[in-house]
Amino acid sequence: MNDTGIAIIAEHISKIYRRGSDKITALDGVSLRIRRGDFVAFVGPSGSGKTTLLNILGCLDNPTDGALSVGGTDVFGEGTRLGEKELTKIRRQHFGYIFQNFYLLPTLTVRENVTVPFSFYRKDNAVTDIPALLASLGIERRMNHLPGQLSGGEMQRVAIARALVNRPEILLADEPTGNLDSKRSRDIGEVLGSLNRDQGITIIMVTHNPELAALAGRQIDLRDGRI
Amino acid sequence: MIRIWQIAYKNLLRKKVRSILTITGIAMSAWVLVSLLGFNKGYENALNRDIDSMGYQVLVAAKGCPYEAATLMLKGGTGLRYMDESIARDIQRYSEVKVITPMVMQAVFDPNKGESGGISAYLGVDPKTFPGMKGYFQFQQGKWFTDPNAAEAVMGYEAAELEQREVGDKILIPEKNVELAVVGVLKRTGTQDDGTIFVPFRTVQRVFGVAGKLTAIGVQVDKNARIADVEQKMYDLPDVQVVSLAQVKQTIISLVATARVMVFSIAVIAVLIAMVGVVNTILMSVFERFQEIGILKSMGALPGDVFRLIWIETFILCLLGGIAGNALALGLVRVTDILIRRLLPYSPTGSLVMIDLPLASIAMAAIIGVGLLSGLYPAWKAARIRPIESIRSQEA
Repeated sequence: MNDTGIAIIAEHISKIYRRGSDKITALDGVSLRIRRGDFVAFVGPSGSGKTTLLNILGCLDNPTDGALSVGGTDVFGEGTRLGEKELTKIRRQHFGYIFQNFYLLPTLTVRENVTVPFSFYRKDNAVTDIPALLASLGIERRMNHLPGQLSGGEMQRVAIARALVNRPEILLADEPTGNLDSKRSRDIGEVLGSLNRDQGITIIMVTHNPELAALAGRQIDLRDGRI
Repeated sequence: MIRIWQIAYKNLLRKKVRSILTITGIAMSAWVLVSLLGFNKGYENALNRDIDSMGYQVLVAAKGCPYEAATLMLKGGTGLRYMDESIARDIQRYSEVKVITPMVMQAVFDPNKGESGGISAYLGVDPKTFPGMKGYFQFQQGKWFTDPNAAEAVMGYEAAELEQREVGDKILIPEKNVELAVVGVLKRTGTQDDGTIFVPFRTVQRVFGVAGKLTAIGVQVDKNARIADVEQKMYDLPDVQVVSLAQVKQTIISLVATARVMVFSIAVIAVLIAMVGVVNTILMSVFERFQEIGILKSMGALPGDVFRLIWIETFILCLLGGIAGNALALGLVRVTDILIRRLLPYSPTGSLVMIDLPLASIAMAAIIGVGLLSGLYPAWKAARIRPIESIRSQEA
């Protein structure tokens, strides 16, 4: 599974949850390849397995079966099952995450929130000019504000900046506009689009928003855990 | 760049009231702990100071209750028993005895003392031997009397303050209508001597009609001799009791032991309650931030990073609580002194609670050590949170 142009390879990924004696199949033999620089949107109805697939591709969860490779490293497969610590190292190396609920620390300023990942890990090529990063997202004037003083769109931009400080190769976004109105959703969509277009960051996004999904170069429709 | 301890500190600011209450709990327990340790140190020092200030190692008194003898030795007293002066001469003959000083204690009610009258204590002392034993006495004014029959007095610092007397003034012994000339006023010593009026012992014997009688004899033993040997000899003397410093200390310490155990138990309970508070606060904070901790892990935080973050929060709480507790203990040392005095059967003069830097450091280390132990479980719990669990709970 080594291809320099490929960011992620997933083969026959399945995820089965057990609740008592019941088995719930969230993913059923999903295979896909995501190339570096792709902008992929997972779409489909609720419960179709979009977020489960995103979490597995982002090394936040292990599949029940199948094989997964990220940046040429085997993460899951026959005889390969990485522990939490190893998964964290892969996450540090390759991924940035954006969530629907932002999860900014309420007592830290925008600048402090953005640099929180540096408290744990700092890549050699990490962003050094935080004001410039914030300026590129249009929130430089909010640098010393607390999250409570920001709008939802601004909070999501801060979350994006936080995801970008370690210059990830792949940005995972789970319903990034789920808590935003349509105007702010469009703004966030433009930000993601420009990150993909201008900086070549691979973006994998889960969304219910067709307008946002339309910005992606590739839409993958999931139904009942299958593509 | 924000550092992990800054994140920890700012996390505690989210629930200010809860953090302040937890810090207050730790501060209270630190206060009790520091005061207890300070008491352990201060009480023994004060007792030693009181006993050392006597100038003699053994006190011989007329036979009676040993506690009465101890009280007499330390505080003076009423209901006195007398022994014959010849005993002093017998003791002086022992080869191990360096010097003796005869004493006659008398106490009378003075209706003019204070607002509703009070007891005035007169200690008859030998001008030849007593000043030598109290070499640390310093005079504010005047000097010792030299004639054992003189109608003169040396006043302790507090006695002179209370009576508003200076050298050259007269004091009247109530009931006896005898005037004494004040020839000296002592500087403050911090002992029971501050409240005493020293008078030549022959004068006291004459004025109070106890000629040839003594209430106590202070015995200074030669430095090469064994005190126990002298005591053994003196036990053979008729109708006297021999009280050594070791006995007095032991008696008082055994009387105080119960109070110490009680105070120590209170301190242990206070520390335990505070630490349960710490566990509760940090654990609640971990549960409240379940999703956020998972998100931190998705940002690259390892279990060790999260453990460190939560442990630092515990450390900050304990550090602030410990500092506040030490400050309380230092600021309220007088109040603590008064409270402890109420619990004790006997309190030496001077401060009972002695807080210094090493003691404060030990208390801080204990509070932080126990606090960090309390933080182990919440920190471990937080470190085990998997990002996927927190993300799923977000979806739910």
